[in-house]
Amino acid sequence: MAAKHVRLTFEGEQVKRPLIYELGHQFNVVTNIRMADVGQTTGWVILEVEGDDDEIEKALAWAREQGARVDEATLGDVVEG
Amino acid sequence: MSYSHALRCRECGREYPLDPIFSCEFCFGPLEVAYDYEAIAANTTRESIEAGPTTLWRYANLLPCDVDYKVDIGTGFTPLIKADRLAKAVGLDTLWVKNDTVNPTWSFKDRVVSVAIARARQFGFEAMACASTGNLANSVAAHSAAAGMDCFVFIPDDLEQGKVVGSGIYDPTLVMIEGSYDDVNRLCTEVASVRPWAFVNINVRPYYAEGSRTLGFEIAEQLGWRTPDHVVSPMASGSLYTKIWKGFQEFHKVGLIDEPKTRMSGAQAAGCSPIATAYEAGTLNFVPQKPNTIARSLAIGNPADGYYALKTMEETKGGAEMVTDDEIVEGIKLLAETEGIFAETAGGVTVACLKKMVESGHIARDEESVAVITGGGLKTIEAVADKVSEPLRIPARLEDFDSALAARDERVLTPAGA
Repeated sequence: MAAKHVRLTFEGEQVKRPLIYELGHQFNVVTNIRMADVGQTTGWVILEVEGDDDEIEKALAWAREQGARVDEATLGDVVEG
Repeated sequence: MSYSHALRCRECGREYPLDPIFSCEFCFGPLEVAYDYEAIAANTTRESIEAGPTTLWRYANLLPCDVDYKVDIGTGFTPLIKADRLAKAVGLDTLWVKNDTVNPTWSFKDRVVSVAIARARQFGFEAMACASTGNLANSVAAHSAAAGMDCFVFIPDDLEQGKVVGSGIYDPTLVMIEGSYDDVNRLCTEVASVRPWAFVNINVRPYYAEGSRTLGFEIAEQLGWRTPDHVVSPMASGSLYTKIWKGFQEFHKVGLIDEPKTRMSGAQAAGCSPIATAYEAGTLNFVPQKPNTIARSLAIGNPADGYYALKTMEETKGGAEMVTDDEIVEGIKLLAETEGIFAETAGGVTVACLKKMVESGHIARDEESVAVITGGGLKTIEAVADKVSEPLRIPARLEDFDSALAARDERVLTPAGA
């Protein structure tokens, strides 16, 4: 079992969709919202995803396919000017 | 001595010891250095600062590292120049240019790296590392060389030659990564988690970021211990922009200046403008972007301090602006032609955004303003190489010079198509 922290960013209609619920049902992973700020048209969630490595990757790839942006939950880009 | 006493989460306020860590275990918020401001106030006066060295180490009492560990290659206390010709060109009564192109590796990154490497040495790290589009890489490599430390610098594989050579000359282990920005970010995060190095903008980021406050300290001191009406600063991660404001606030907190009323405005390239786009949309939630701009030093698609930059705009009644690549080049040229300062692309972004904000009325003519110019132009010579005037190529004879000059004057007086 592994745990990964990712930042999901939603825009537009994505904000209304229960994507994290769906992710937890379609894949064998445990989701845990650690920090979030969701408004009417944009929002982000720091999500802890626990499960087997392969299952986590499949779940996150699916989230990307659904239109959510998925980044490593660092505090932003590591590359700087 | 340093008066820093803890790291504090910017979100939930939890405190941590002064360790090489960067995010809150509880809420994942960023950690920031906390200081004993009463002790700083009791031990710091305008006179004591003025008697200090002409580098950023004159503000040692306000830095989160022990001065005994400093690696001083002459960073900071850069000129604040009264820019009358640029002021006239953009339509302001009073404008100052904070010229950080004259730092040892020709960018403001020497400020943050000075603090990061001092703190890293204090922690006992033997190697420095960073991931950078150029300026940070140059500075980390130079400071590591001066300290005799191992250095690992990760850069994308499509950087301007000036920035590649500007790191390589200090002989770090230079790693050029093939792939997208996201690939570079992912790899460097992985490397940082398994190697025992001081990764300046990861595990020592809370200390590193504090170095930018010295830009605010200097602006206030050089204006005669006061703050201007308006500051325009470039924004990449948003850290510099927020830390200039923090510097003003701290100078007030320790009794060195009156309460700052400065409006803080940020400048971005249209090809990478997550913060300015969020500002225009009236939200504090920015959406990460894939950078596509000549302003590589500002090409941060997922800015670590984007949210805090937007909060600072709100708090100071400032704002944000963005400009196209063509406008960036015009900004570089305008600064050079009016003030004799050759800036890299980020400077073009600042000047072009300043001009746009005056034109739009966001900055009033009578607001005393400071434009923060963060890097030197020889690093990004490709951006303007084909935009400068052609030399007059002549045989070495006086009559050829006279005729070439006459022909040039005729061309100027009679433009093509006239």
